[in-house]
Amino acid sequence: MNIHYRALLLLCSLGLSVGATAGEREDLIARYTAEARAADPAFAGFSAARGETLHRTRHGGGKADTPACTSCHGEDARAAGRTRAGKAIDPMAASVSPTRYTDAAKVEKWFKRNCNEVLGRECSAREKGDWLAYMTRQ
Amino acid sequence: MNIPLRPLAVTLVALAAVATLLGRAQAGDDEYFPPVTDKLTLQECGSCHLAFPPSMLPAASWKRMMGELHDHFGDDASVDADTAAAITRYLVRNAGDAPGHGSKLLRGLKPGEAPLRITELPKWVREHREVPKADWTRKDVGSKANCTACHIDAAKGYFEDD
Repeated sequence: MNIHYRALLLLCSLGLSVGATAGEREDLIARYTAEARAADPAFAGFSAARGETLHRTRHGGGKADTPACTSCHGEDARAAGRTRAGKAIDPMAASVSPTRYTDAAKVEKWFKRNCNEVLGRECSAREKGDWLAYMTRQ
Repeated sequence: MNIPLRPLAVTLVALAAVATLLGRAQAGDDEYFPPVTDKLTLQECGSCHLAFPPSMLPAASWKRMMGELHDHFGDDASVDADTAAAITRYLVRNAGDAPGHGSKLLRGLKPGEAPLRITELPKWVREHREVPKADWTRKDVGSKANCTACHIDAAKGYFEDD
């Protein structure tokens, strides 16, 4: 009885900690959903396919040496990338880097920097949500 | 009990001398630059490039650099004001011309000069003049900021020739 009770407690605490991380990510996606809907009343949800296109397209609106997200992050989202200055970047796929996209300020900081580098402008809420939909399904 | 005081004293003096020499070798070594230990600095500076040792530039350079992070060699590397202030404090306190530091990499700099690129310091240029031009454009090097490509222990502060 006692052992079962402990096992139950352990399972609960595990569930809670996973839930907390996933919760922060869900909050962030909910925020982008609200913003996307505000920008376009016809918004019908994020698309991982659009996110993948955004990630792989050579946009050409930003800097010459970073035409695409993949210029630094690499073609395989489950593999490490590399910055222009030679530093390794942890894989972007949430399945490989489970702590990713759980800190809204960090996500926003990098969207701002990297969208400007690659697209020459900030990303819209829909683009951010699409991209996250792709990465969280990788 | 008769303790052999004389040999003991000789041994102690010898040990102290060795320790002093070793200490000096590390502290004054041309090729050792204490690596960044501040967590915030490591995190913010080290996500795009090696978190360069603060003693590689004078305090004036760090202040200038941290004041123009929105255009950091062409990239937007801006951080919030509190983060910037904390990192600047750390870099300035450990700068190459901070009291007690005296970095050899700053030789040849005129007083008041605040260069932004470590790779343009006269001493850096002199130390790297034997590196063939083609090496810099190699795919695994890519950038002069990629110290670790050749100095494999750069993250630990060691920049010896390989």
